Amino acid sequence: MNVREVPAGLVARTREQPWRAWRSQVGVLIQRELRRGLFTKRRLWIYLLAFVPTLMTFIHKVGPFRDPINAEALHSDTEVLAGIVQLYYVKLGLFFACMGIFSWLFRGEMVERTLHYAFLSPVRREVLVIGKFLAGSITAIILFEAALLGCFYFVYSRLGSLGSAYVFHGPGLRQMGAYVLVIALGTLGYGAVFLGLSLVFKNPIVPGALFFGWEAVTPILPRTLQLLSITFYLKQLYPVKVFPPGILSLFTVEPEPLSWFTTIVGLLCFTAAVLVFSCYRIRKLEITYTTE
Amino acid sequence: MISENSKIVFEGVSKFYGEILGVNRVSFSLEPGITALVGPNGSGKTTLMNLMTGLIQPTHGTVMVRGLSPSQPDEFFKQVGYCTQFDSFPRGIKGYDFVYWPLRLGGFPHAQAAELAREALARVGMQEAANRRAAGYSKGMRQRVRLAQAIAHHPSVLILDEPMNGLDPMARAEMLALFRALADEGLHLVISSHILEDVDRISDRVVLMSSGFIVAEGQIQSVRNEVRDQPMQILVRCSNAKRLAAEAFSLDHVVEAAIQSDGGGVLVRTTNADEFFLLLNRVVVAGLVQIEAVAPADEDVNSIYQYLIGSDGNLA
Repeated sequence: MNVREVPAGLVARTREQPWRAWRSQVGVLIQRELRRGLFTKRRLWIYLLAFVPTLMTFIHKVGPFRDPINAEALHSDTEVLAGIVQLYYVKLGLFFACMGIFSWLFRGEMVERTLHYAFLSPVRREVLVIGKFLAGSITAIILFEAALLGCFYFVYSRLGSLGSAYVFHGPGLRQMGAYVLVIALGTLGYGAVFLGLSLVFKNPIVPGALFFGWEAVTPILPRTLQLLSITFYLKQLYPVKVFPPGILSLFTVEPEPLSWFTTIVGLLCFTAAVLVFSCYRIRKLEITYTTE
Repeated sequence: MISENSKIVFEGVSKFYGEILGVNRVSFSLEPGITALVGPNGSGKTTLMNLMTGLIQPTHGTVMVRGLSPSQPDEFFKQVGYCTQFDSFPRGIKGYDFVYWPLRLGGFPHAQAAELAREALARVGMQEAANRRAAGYSKGMRQRVRLAQAIAHHPSVLILDEPMNGLDPMARAEMLALFRALADEGLHLVISSHILEDVDRISDRVVLMSSGFIVAEGQIQSVRNEVRDQPMQILVRCSNAKRLAAEAFSLDHVVEAAIQSDGGGVLVRTTNADEFFLLLNRVVVAGLVQIEAVAPADEDVNSIYQYLIGSDGNLA
């Protein structure tokens, strides 16, 4: 093929099959972002956020101070795993990892003065948003799901046949599925919010901190306000409830639970709505590095 | 007749950054060929190029490049390549990847993208350094690899913001030859440069800018002719310079006729070049002088620039 004839052919193909072209561009964007985003030293802190609980459960399994293996230990370790997911991953680890990953997708390139290369590519800006969002989501999901599965394995493998029975003949696998879903939906929800914030604010740290505060206080707010929180929806999917300790439980409002279907569809709709907003913002975004 | 779909068209374009003026009420229509954007620091050249490519959006007015709007980047950037002045690269990227990935994003399959990337890198003389990290390149190499990225997909319009920055004289000459070759292949080139001699050597037309406004636009010769308050300088190499100078002084519009130090020519400054050329015809026919050469002495971008914008323009 004569390379000089290619652009005209590409233009024709793009016009005829835009969806196919967009899908291919999203694929290339994901490939490129994963290459430069997933396996770099700069992501080390995100690895730490994800794998610290895994390391702790590993130490608990192989360390010198082993708890006895009995039904009480099974119950206690199941609650510890629930606490790791609900109190650490959802409220801290995943939250800050998403802040780091998704805020940096566009704002980072603005800071490094390289965003214009993306804007000068023959790609719709909306496709850039979707491609980068998916790349960020895949990064966070791979890391945190792997870390979660590691925790799950170390917690129940320590318990031997008791743990094995709980996982394969009890509620273990279902609980693991629920946690996998929580991490995935949490990533999408938090990711969309941080991506959107990074396209509105030059410094998304401050609104990110306010968002963190909001997510922290919503359990003590009335139900209507709780509906505006991502953790509220994720809480509906928790297979094991972990109640706040002591006096905090007095202030916690436990609203009517939502069905899984409503929760999942609601969070996906919320993510889609924030992405639509991000697409609108990116169309208006200008390259003015001097003001960054 | 060149259709509007092969031109770069600005219609009443203004850009304000808050209360700061970027460009104001810019309207022009650029035909294929090489167009030079010339103006002092802050005159609006980069703003104009960024508007042309959608990196910024106009406050008022419309921009169309070969019938395409920058707001449709998927179509637009298959036709347009832009080598910006931003001297930054994605962290850790190698020269080859820098050219290859935008091609993949543009829809080229791997093999073809690789072929186009290698071809573009070879064209700017960077094939040897292609697998090194861009962070380790010299300024000239960074400039060239950015140019390779801009031309790799064979655009029909190439926009270059200060493309000669950081290049040594040899590389500059090679770049100028490349630009000329690209223009001869039918590419539409828009170049901003503060090295006026370079621009003058290759451009078919100029757009002179100052303080966000277009001061003059068109072919260099016609722009020069429009600068009526500055006498044109014409150098005549001839056999009898004293006689020609005397004849020239008999015309009211000739303000100066200086005989050259070797006595073999006259530099005439006149406000009516056409009348002077008629005189030249008469003296030649009468056998008073024999002409060796006649050449305009200030029909270049540098002179026009100085007449229109002033010598203290601080070009950069």
